[in-house]
Amino acid sequence: MTVLCLIEQADDGGVADVSLRALTFARALAVSLAPAASPTPAASAAPGSTAGLGGVAAVVVGDAAGAVPALSEYGVSDAFEVELTGYAPQAWARALAGLAAELGATAVVAASTDHGSEVMAHLGAITGLPMAANCVSATRSATGDLQIVRQRWAGSLLEDAVLDASPALMTVAADAVTAAAAGDPAATAVHVFQPALGQADLLVTATESAERSAGMSLATARVVVGGGRGVGGPDGFGVLEELAGLLGGVVGVSRVVTSEGWRPHKQQVGQTGTRISPELYLACGISGAIQHMAGCLSAKHIVAVNTDPDAPIISHADYAVIGDLNQVLPALVAAIRAREGSS
Amino acid sequence: MEILVCVKRVPMVGGKIVVTADGQDVDTRMSGFTVSPHEECAVEEAVRLVERHGGTVTVLTLGPPAAADQLRDMLALGASRAVLLETDGREWGPVATADAIVAAVRSSPAAGGPYDLLLFGNEAADTGDYQVAVRVAHALGLPCVTGIKNLEVTDVGARAKREYRGTEEAFDIPLPAVVSVKEGINLPRYPSLPGRLRAKRATIERQEPEWHPDGLRKERLRVPAGESKRAAVLGAGADAVPALVTLLDELGILP
Repeated sequence: MTVLCLIEQADDGGVADVSLRALTFARALAVSLAPAASPTPAASAAPGSTAGLGGVAAVVVGDAAGAVPALSEYGVSDAFEVELTGYAPQAWARALAGLAAELGATAVVAASTDHGSEVMAHLGAITGLPMAANCVSATRSATGDLQIVRQRWAGSLLEDAVLDASPALMTVAADAVTAAAAGDPAATAVHVFQPALGQADLLVTATESAERSAGMSLATARVVVGGGRGVGGPDGFGVLEELAGLLGGVVGVSRVVTSEGWRPHKQQVGQTGTRISPELYLACGISGAIQHMAGCLSAKHIVAVNTDPDAPIISHADYAVIGDLNQVLPALVAAIRAREGSS
Repeated sequence: MEILVCVKRVPMVGGKIVVTADGQDVDTRMSGFTVSPHEECAVEEAVRLVERHGGTVTVLTLGPPAAADQLRDMLALGASRAVLLETDGREWGPVATADAIVAAVRSSPAAGGPYDLLLFGNEAADTGDYQVAVRVAHALGLPCVTGIKNLEVTDVGARAKREYRGTEEAFDIPLPAVVSVKEGINLPRYPSLPGRLRAKRATIERQEPEWHPDGLRKERLRVPAGESKRAAVLGAGADAVPALVTLLDELGILP
């Protein structure tokens, strides 16, 4: 009844937030899959033995030491440290396949990050099994089926489906799951796992540049000032930049702005760009197509500035100013500057 | 270089997504169709590579007969051959789709192979399965990289780069290879008039692959609940600025 969960590590070696969410998903799945007679199968496993392992087992590629505190907190009693250095997606998937076979895993999950999605796709190809991407929940139904809910259209649509495969392969739509530690922390035993690799498994290995890109990141900015078609052209972004500067934030744009070449793609917020989660998203001249909203629904507060009171963004925003951003924003900048000057 | 680009016909969805009464599909009666954004960039990238290194670009899609429209759109961007793996309109899962693409590639020269490079979009806009490219690579025994934002063909293969948590990951791979790309790798051109005319006249090669189920069974689609609210209107035009400043102050945003 083991559910394997691939762990991604943060820069300090701890468990990345997305993987804490995946662990939360995996734990709920393990509880749902456990036979009713033995609700805590993990407790029955002999110490040091991996036979008859229950619950969630974590898979960490490389040094697992830094991940152990969080794994304990999330109730993971067994962690497998895969002896591999660097990111080689096919080799990581080969390791998961080997572990899943050895443990008789019923499911393998990973967060739907670039790495998680890629490794799970390789695992699907290696095993010939289906892989359900962007799952929001997975539970065993009364009839014994594995009933899943997964995102389509980057979360604008949900799909109810049955995943009939063993092991069940899934990526977890991390933005749809809240991380929650286990009620009972576990003592995490770390087992070393040596994957059986072929030469082809290591053919594709990443080299990572040590340089961090300069400037504030759109993904982590506290304030994002968004501009869409309503900005009118490539020359209209000055006031957005100025406002973003005053508020300690950055400028984000809609897809039409990057498709027109007004701004570089790295500023795009949305399904095919960056997902943001600021305290404030001030969306100016943006109609609010679902592909854009998929990228900004994690924003704590959305304020829309739009000439059209019936634009879709108005039904996603918390507050709205009905008007032309080219009048509203300069007045807002002036008001904030006046306030600063007087204080 | 011989390059194959696989694209998908998806509904052109705007401000709202509507599901058909039987819950099986997105209602497309009020919308057109387009190629997934990442894949349009894949076609542009292929056309640029061929402009630099010579060769041909073949576009392939699996879909209903009407998906020929999307193939013609891609021919207008500069692809020179088009293959339609024609279906009866039902949804194909990623396993069956990859199998059909592999069969078409193997049936060369019907599909124009063998290829030096097989390009895909990182994920389709609608189903977001993230795996057709990887499955095709495994079946053909080729190396595979995904999510690529920068691709350079060298004397010995290709160098592919992507973003990863604020840094850059690079992969050096031999060719032939499978590469999936993301929007932002380039800015696709607008189709030229001669390109459109050529696309209109072009012959589209057709094959009819066999559908097969996989272990993931769709039951129904639904729009997430509780999406719709209505913003509190602060005012109109520049007159709303005092209210907006007060709000930003309350939210703790103002310096």
